[in-house]
Amino acid sequence: MTMMSPMQTNPTTAAATVPGTAEPISIRAAGFDGFYGSFQALKGISLDIPRNQVTAFIGPSGCGKSTFLRWMNRMNDTIAGARASGTLTLDGEDILARSVDVVDLRRRVGMVFQRPNPFPKSIFDNVAFGPRLHWRHSRADLEDLVEQSLRSAALWNEVKDRLHASALGLSGGQQQRLCIARAIAGGPEVLLMDEPCSALDPKSTASVEELIRELRTAYTIVIVTHNMQQASRVSDRTAFFFEGSLIESGQTETLFTNPKSKQTEDYVTGRFG
Amino acid sequence: MTDVPHVPVARRLLANRLFLATCVVCTGLAVCVLAVLIVSIMIDGVHRLSPDFIANFASRKPDQAGIRAPLVGSIWVCTICALTALPVGVGTAIYLEEFAKRGRLTEFIRINISNLSGVPSIVYGIIGLTAFSRFFGWRAGAEPIELGSPDSLLYLRLPFGSSVLAGGLTLALVVLPIVIVASQEAIRAVPNSLRQGALALGSTRWQMVSRLTLPASLPMVMTGAILAMSRAIGEAAPILVLGAPLMVLETPANLMSEFTVLPMQIFNWAGRAKASFQEIAAAAIIVQLAVLMSFNALAILVRQRLQTPLQ
Repeated sequence: MTMMSPMQTNPTTAAATVPGTAEPISIRAAGFDGFYGSFQALKGISLDIPRNQVTAFIGPSGCGKSTFLRWMNRMNDTIAGARASGTLTLDGEDILARSVDVVDLRRRVGMVFQRPNPFPKSIFDNVAFGPRLHWRHSRADLEDLVEQSLRSAALWNEVKDRLHASALGLSGGQQQRLCIARAIAGGPEVLLMDEPCSALDPKSTASVEELIRELRTAYTIVIVTHNMQQASRVSDRTAFFFEGSLIESGQTETLFTNPKSKQTEDYVTGRFG
Repeated sequence: MTDVPHVPVARRLLANRLFLATCVVCTGLAVCVLAVLIVSIMIDGVHRLSPDFIANFASRKPDQAGIRAPLVGSIWVCTICALTALPVGVGTAIYLEEFAKRGRLTEFIRINISNLSGVPSIVYGIIGLTAFSRFFGWRAGAEPIELGSPDSLLYLRLPFGSSVLAGGLTLALVVLPIVIVASQEAIRAVPNSLRQGALALGSTRWQMVSRLTLPASLPMVMTGAILAMSRAIGEAAPILVLGAPLMVLETPANLMSEFTVLPMQIFNWAGRAKASFQEIAAAAIIVQLAVLMSFNALAILVRQRLQTPLQ
């Protein structure tokens, strides 16, 4: 898709690849530890997240997968006592460095939350919120950008006649797709999704999942899910977390059909968790 | 489960009815008190209401006395109060809710602001007298410093003395805690998930506040602010302490003018022995109530106007 926004995609730095493949890496973690106060929520995570693919994080509640996701756009900065060490990079640039401008980082790494959280504004103003934070688009450009984002989120046809009606009047599934449109309107490279379907009914879930499959051509997507069927349906790669550690990661199909670790096998076959 | 004794349905329904009856009685009592108050004031004062009563200045003769000076004085004082208390109060609330780190110090400040809204207004009157009227005794006994011409709208005199500016600032002190607490509650009512959403899009804290939390909480902030103003317009004690004159025969020309306010005038007239003064006091109360009601109507109107785009 074409964006009029000054995007910083595909930097010219020597593209690192996922070991054993030719896939360029978007986000890389190495020996990453995350803490809440004295509690260590993430232990020595090393994981490469390839560009333009869907990577699913699975694991039981409290295993650290959402925490890890929230470090990738530094949303954990807003939690008192949260700190991290080790390596976490986006396109080779350190995410954790003190010098990182989190405002720009979060524009490049968009996020969709568990519960749809549309702002109490019109549909248009919701989608235009991100672009308006960062740029001074002309009205016409902004209208184009909003339309493109809504089209990318497969919502345009449903809302094109009521762009200036309140976003709160949309159904839950529409609200979540609006939040996806809002997240991509700022022109991110990466989309983080924290259990984006857990508050949705099966039909809305299906439409959001289809959308995720389509969006990966333009974005690197990381999705946290409790639903293993969902992970196998939407993701290219899957990472299994347990009690703060990364137990196993790899091609989704391999991980589900031929896991290396006993723990992974028990979890994906539903023996625990 | 059959062994567990039932709570009889009849008893539960009885309890339900009793509670409802209690609520109705309580509401009825409140309405009755208000009705008695309004009716008795109407009987006393409504025949004294006339265009002259609004247009005339105070007088020794009750038949010629009017409320022009206190009515205009109340408007001046309230405007000054609103222009100072609202920005400071809303700003403080934003800081405490959105920017301040949670810690012992902010918790201490928070608790004390809540406590301040319970301090008797006469105490604020004394603070206002010391701080605004006398500048803590600065130049006591000496002539005040004058800035500009006394005829000009921008005329200032330091210290402020018992001027309308001192009155407005003192009332701002009275309502500041109310404005802060009401605004804090309004801002707190904005769900955290919206803040997270704005931050995740790359908002700075200020962008989040100015584009999301403040607009979302504005209807509630405005309601709180207008209710605070109706408190301000009903205060007599702090103005009394400032030494506002009893008989004012002109309306304020600038911030340094002498002034009086409606509650002061009511207090003055109600204390007189003659029945006719009681009547004009009642008439002034009717005007005061009308002003209060239009304030509350305004609050409702503002809230509805601001909320419509969201429905």
